[in-house]
Amino acid sequence: MRNAFADEITKLAGCDDRVVMLSADIGNRLFDKFKAQYPDRFYNCGVAEANMISLAAGLASCGLRPVCYTIAPFVTARCFEQIRVDVCYHEMPVLIVGTGAGLSYASLGATHHSLEDLCIMRVLPGMRVVAPADAMELRSCLRAALKSENPVYLRIGKKGEPLVYPEPPPFAFGVWRELLPGARVCFLSTGNMISETLRCAEILRKHGLTPKVYSCASVKPLDEACLSGVFSQFEIIATVEEHAKLGGFGSAVAEWVADHRPSRVGCLLRFGTQDKFLHEAGEQMHARNVFGLSAEQIAESILEKLRLSEAVR
Amino acid sequence: MNSIGPWTGDYQQLERIAREIRLKLIELSCRAQSAHLAGALSCVDILVALYWGALRIDPKQPDAPSRDRLIFSKGHAISALYTVLARRGFFPEAELDRYNKAGGRLPEQPSPGCVPGVEWATGSLGHGLGVGLGMALAAKIQKRDYGVYVVLSDGECQEGSVWEAAMLAPRLRSGRLVAVVDFNKWQATARSNEVMALEPMKAKWESFGWMCREVAGHDIQELLEALRVPRPDDSPLAIVAHTVKGKGVSMMEDDNNWHYRSPTSTEVERARHELGLA
Repeated sequence: MRNAFADEITKLAGCDDRVVMLSADIGNRLFDKFKAQYPDRFYNCGVAEANMISLAAGLASCGLRPVCYTIAPFVTARCFEQIRVDVCYHEMPVLIVGTGAGLSYASLGATHHSLEDLCIMRVLPGMRVVAPADAMELRSCLRAALKSENPVYLRIGKKGEPLVYPEPPPFAFGVWRELLPGARVCFLSTGNMISETLRCAEILRKHGLTPKVYSCASVKPLDEACLSGVFSQFEIIATVEEHAKLGGFGSAVAEWVADHRPSRVGCLLRFGTQDKFLHEAGEQMHARNVFGLSAEQIAESILEKLRLSEAVR
Repeated sequence: MNSIGPWTGDYQQLERIAREIRLKLIELSCRAQSAHLAGALSCVDILVALYWGALRIDPKQPDAPSRDRLIFSKGHAISALYTVLARRGFFPEAELDRYNKAGGRLPEQPSPGCVPGVEWATGSLGHGLGVGLGMALAAKIQKRDYGVYVVLSDGECQEGSVWEAAMLAPRLRSGRLVAVVDFNKWQATARSNEVMALEPMKAKWESFGWMCREVAGHDIQELLEALRVPRPDDSPLAIVAHTVKGKGVSMMEDDNNWHYRSPTSTEVERARHELGLA
């Protein structure tokens, strides 16, 4: 995803001379083309993320469109207060891009895991939060983000993610996309878990189920029309995210259910990481397995839930 | 830009304005029962020097793209900026009477754009210099010619983010950026240099690549001379202004209780006499 980001932002900078790229010493050679084409609009702000965010807010206040780019925990948790005060309180259209989100950098240890970013970004007033499924959707999200007058947090993976879309799909804030039609079980999946969710749906089909799958890149705002529909139509609604269950996308959906009390409420299952740090070595798929986030584990949980509800009947 | 240009008048006039602003601050603190009076009093001369003698601003066009920007980073002392802005014509002086009143637009610490002339909502320390650096960089990218001035407190310089911005500014050749430290030697609960090793303050800025001038922070002429120092190599400028917390009224000077307490009406009258405004 990060190569697609570098390519797309270089193109967008060509169409909009307000775009200014800021990085916190990350992306070795990734932005060479951008730097060569727009040398006065690329700044390495050093290993100093808090200042990068304040500086971006200052740029935005003068009519520019700064894009802050570094590894997800460092561009969110590390400089949270600068985002809260300088970007959100002042309603500055700053685009914050967290790369290597979720467990993308599993092998680098929990310092580099980002399992809290959706939570702490979506709580900020005015902030929009987007987690595209793949490199194609990333391009669509990036274009929309730069047109937004709001601050936006764009949560992306690193590289080599499976493609979900053959080309950049249409994207709008607050609108989710149906990827597979189905019945009984509905997946609301976000970000880099969408391809894993599609694999899970494949497994469930072998068990005679036809789960519906939505790609929910827009984490904030939620697609409320979609939520109204699925909670009245499906037995099981499962949210899937590579993020803590506490406060993330699934929490946002649960809040919606609590607030809107749909007349017929399907059962909400939330798949995410538990309330713990990961201490062991291993790549992303290993880490997903530890947290119960592989397609097989999610499928087994869904089947177990259905078996239980049928036993009760 | 309809600016007032370099001060060519009598410095005694500016000193008189500074005394009148001090009295107003004391009256506001009494009426609103608001804290942070002493830190407001310490930066009055800095603000008078900037607003009457340095900034290219037009109160009738507070958002003009070519205006000089002043970020008042020690937002807890905002009553000083409100009073200066009102006196300079950014909004009616009568409105100061609504300072810290419920539903009014002059909160005890500023909100974004609360009144014309407030460039940034500060109050959480350590933000102003980075934001100001962004504005200075924007001037370079957009080929504009404005200056950016950031007024910081000494306690604020304990925030690491100040030094992140300080380390980047020379690399960005931010000659338009000026930091003025109101070095009143106190923070909320103790002497600032006893809490953390702030000194040597001037050497710190210089070692970070800034041109630095140390001045007597209540001498408006000296402040203006420092603000006008030529900077041929595009270095950012830091002015370390040595000040006295609570400056202007003997019972408040260098007494840190006035970080939190507000004066009684009797104390306001004493202050009025001491300031020669009775």
